[in-house]
Amino acid sequence: MTGLLSGFILSLCVLVALGAMQARNLFTAVMLMGIFSLLVATEFLLLDAPDVALTEAAVGAGISTVLLLSALALTGEKEQSRPVHQGVATFVIVVTAILVVVATFEMPLLGDPSAPVQTHVAAEYIPMTRDLIDIPNIVTAVLASFRGYDTLGEVIVVLTAAIGVLFLIGPDAPDPRRGAAGSPRITEGLKHHQPLRIVGKAVIPFILLFALYVQFHGEYSPGGGFQAGALFAAAIILYGLLEGRPAAASIIPPRVLRMMAAIGALLYGGVGVVTLALGGNFLEYNVLASTQTTAQQIGIIVIEAGVGITVAGVLLAIYHAFAARGRA
Amino acid sequence: MNWVDILCAAMGIAGGFFVLVGGIGALRMPDLFTRMHAASLTDTLGSLLILSALMIQFGLSLATLKLVAIAIFLLFTSPVASYALANAALLSGHRPIVARGDQPDELDLDDLLIREPELPEAGADGVRPEQNR
Repeated sequence: MTGLLSGFILSLCVLVALGAMQARNLFTAVMLMGIFSLLVATEFLLLDAPDVALTEAAVGAGISTVLLLSALALTGEKEQSRPVHQGVATFVIVVTAILVVVATFEMPLLGDPSAPVQTHVAAEYIPMTRDLIDIPNIVTAVLASFRGYDTLGEVIVVLTAAIGVLFLIGPDAPDPRRGAAGSPRITEGLKHHQPLRIVGKAVIPFILLFALYVQFHGEYSPGGGFQAGALFAAAIILYGLLEGRPAAASIIPPRVLRMMAAIGALLYGGVGVVTLALGGNFLEYNVLASTQTTAQQIGIIVIEAGVGITVAGVLLAIYHAFAARGRA
Repeated sequence: MNWVDILCAAMGIAGGFFVLVGGIGALRMPDLFTRMHAASLTDTLGSLLILSALMIQFGLSLATLKLVAIAIFLLFTSPVASYALANAALLSGHRPIVARGDQPDELDLDDLLIREPELPEAGADGVRPEQNR
């Protein structure tokens, strides 16, 4: 049954992806990509990966769509048609597709116990999580402790992406509120749409609460810093969409957001430096407290907070950069 | 199979039926507004029926509480989403197909449109009060 549903969702993914490629209207393409992300999130959930599903739904279907729409506000709605070399492109695509399909026959079947992914380190992580860290969510244990270096790298990648975007399109736009004689000449947001504002404002506190829950409950249930950061950013972006970007910027100014992005990564790396100073290896949490499980849990909570701060700061900084440019 | 299961099955099937009808309507209706109408109303009823069936099935438990939360969330957000979509469509120039009956073009659809209020000149009060609260 799960296999059938999985096949159905993956087929839908292919159809939606083809539709997004065919669409000449870029708004249509963006919406189809959002649907694609939601389908992929469902597929992750079917494969018992709720942590990844949560990330995909929040980032892929939620914030990416908003960022792409903000980018579309800077460009046009229609894709320009230009001559393409159909023959060469078709040849390359067909060859690649055949190679990929052939390669899948060599892959182990889904859930095969003798697959390399099951036999290598996963078999050791499960008992080690229980004995050394003592938290229920093994994904968080792997992400934050066993593979802490990788996650530090991911946080740095996220930070680097934000730096790249801000260099390209510029962090500072003229603030519309400081226009002529203090009178707002540019209306933003959906202030004249009462239904949207009222329902939106009713929903935002729950999104923020859920973000905090996902952040601090990440050791016990699906979630963690990445998902929480994305949810937090989504709540602020929703406020910005409803009330206009300046209102969102007055909650957390873009200056602070850029600092948040750096502070989160610094907090993560700082934990590593502290463990070095206490006589351990880089990111070896065991030296943080007297008992090992407590030390591991402290380390995980602190670095997850760092991840959450960086992700929220980066997503919001990119949103402000796009949206401010669209209105400036 | 007791009466609870039968009730749940009936509600689930009815919910699925409404969602299906909404899907057919979204494909078959002539213009965007009627399509939205078909999809949004049936979706609300269909999802509520399915959620209610699940609530009855789970009884008094944490899962039911979560389902109630989802139902409330859907009741609030899906009509608002339809409103936003219809208004965005009107703003971007879509006009509904109106019946060519006795009063064909009497209805000025631009009056239905909630636009951004006109920006007031400095000192002038050009904003209609019901729009700017």
